[in-house]
Amino acid sequence: MSQRFVYMDYNATTPLRPEVKELMVEALDVYANASSMHESGRRARAEIEKARASVAALIGARDPSSIVFTSGGSESNNTVFMTMYDIGRKGQRRKIITTAIEHPCVMNSAAYLAKEGFTVVYLPVDGYGRVDMEAYRRELTPDTLLVSVMAANNEIGTIEDIKTIASLAKAAGAYFHTDATQAVGKIPVSVEDWGVDYLTLSCHKIYGPKGIGALYVRSRAPVEPLIRGGHQENGARAGTYNNLGIIGFGKAAELAMADLPSFSARLRGLRNSLRDRLVAAIPHVKVNGHPTEVLPNTLNISFPGAEGESILLSLDLEGIRVSTGSACASGSLEPSHVLIATGVGPELAHGSIRFSLGRYTSEEDVSYIVEKLPPIIERLRRMSTVSAVETAATA
Amino acid sequence: MDAFQWLYSDTVKDHFMNPRNVFNPDETFAADAEGIVGNIKCGDQMMFMLKIDDDVISDVRWKTYGCASAIASTSMLSESIKGMKIRQAYGIKPADIAAKLGGLPENKIHCSVLGDKALRAAIDQYLDKQGRSGEFKGEDAVVICNCLNITDKDIETAVKAGARDWHQLQEATKIGTVCGGCKPRAEELLHEYVHIYS
Repeated sequence: MSQRFVYMDYNATTPLRPEVKELMVEALDVYANASSMHESGRRARAEIEKARASVAALIGARDPSSIVFTSGGSESNNTVFMTMYDIGRKGQRRKIITTAIEHPCVMNSAAYLAKEGFTVVYLPVDGYGRVDMEAYRRELTPDTLLVSVMAANNEIGTIEDIKTIASLAKAAGAYFHTDATQAVGKIPVSVEDWGVDYLTLSCHKIYGPKGIGALYVRSRAPVEPLIRGGHQENGARAGTYNNLGIIGFGKAAELAMADLPSFSARLRGLRNSLRDRLVAAIPHVKVNGHPTEVLPNTLNISFPGAEGESILLSLDLEGIRVSTGSACASGSLEPSHVLIATGVGPELAHGSIRFSLGRYTSEEDVSYIVEKLPPIIERLRRMSTVSAVETAATA
Repeated sequence: MDAFQWLYSDTVKDHFMNPRNVFNPDETFAADAEGIVGNIKCGDQMMFMLKIDDDVISDVRWKTYGCASAIASTSMLSESIKGMKIRQAYGIKPADIAAKLGGLPENKIHCSVLGDKALRAAIDQYLDKQGRSGEFKGEDAVVICNCLNITDKDIETAVKAGARDWHQLQEATKIGTVCGGCKPRAEELLHEYVHIYS
């Protein structure tokens, strides 16, 4: 097969869908300030409210006013944690429960609260990345202010039992937040069914533009704005409306909802095919994450004896774009905290590759990877000091 | 070539894709000495195998587990030491290898250039076998960092060259980046030498 371009990093970000791009080109001319009272302003505002309704529908929120537009997932998560900081330092509850596998923006927000005197608990997960429910029940004490558990993990794709986790938090009188950045658009998400107080989502993961996201806030749940200013978003987030981003987000949400079941079924088929063919073609590999409770597009595999950055860059030269849990690609000396939390040793974490498939992934793309990857692993293993067989045995 | 097509220099790419003197598991290579440093727990491990005739490195093989710059830097080093006197090879520093590779990102010099340590470990083994232990280190040299075979003399040299804190010492020597067990002793020595030389 001749050189192809194969993008398999959809969990990092997605390209714009053509329909979204088209609408955004038109929306470039929607320049009026959506807070203005005049007709142009009212027209812009109408577009924004239409988008808000589409975003609300995508996550099963009955009331569109429960959607607060933000600059993205990191801002949404930070808003929740800083709101808790504000409540906690004035009140009796100062305990935050989260997990060991959250995104860095939750990890670092939690660490900030810990520095400010809050008790922060990082729940352990099992070998598949599912929250240890026994530890959760034990930690869920009356001083718990917030429980924050991601809906699906970005690296290994494991899906958490949010409904059960949220109901336990509610019973304990704690607020519940879920970072659903990776789940939205890939699996059914319903804030009503799950019973969450806060939910984070991001637009650029669902084939919309970057720089726009949202926070779902259940009615009467508190929000302390990170950005103070005008009355936009009912005072929850100041700043002139991002017309272009919001309109693009609305379209992306509308499209994501329309074909979710068929889209995720197709991806699951491709993902499982890639998994089965790689496992058959390359000896001594370990598939990370949950075997069934997993995002339909996410496949994380460790290749003992070969190091992740070397694999990633070798694939890159073949036109294949993936990501790795190796420390060498992270800018720190530590490999993926997610894989380590699942009990995968550092040897296997360094050799992990995440394939995240998406809307434009084809069967030919899968075949191309199955053709190109085995010789890359073979080459790296042959020059390695590390035995693939022995390292695999530690898994 | 489009500057975005490759993360590192073209020389790194060449050595990564076409490594020189890499050990072929199907060959037999009767090495006079071997040295291995690093730990896969931290993501990089390197092994050097040397044939030495009359204190000259006549042939070399290596193996590496690590990132692209780890593989390329070991390959580059193996090329430059063939025919070299072991005393001279013993003095090669990470910065020398990085320069030959057309530069490496700062964090990569810090973490991926281990070849010089593996090479010194192999030469040390050779000297040990010959009853010449520590000949290039000075008689009183003591190994502080066992993972990377770094001695008190190496720390002293780094301080003389300008290292003043733990971070700078690590940049100069890579000490304590594997298991970290040597840090307390190494910091004591660092403070001692900084006191002497600054």
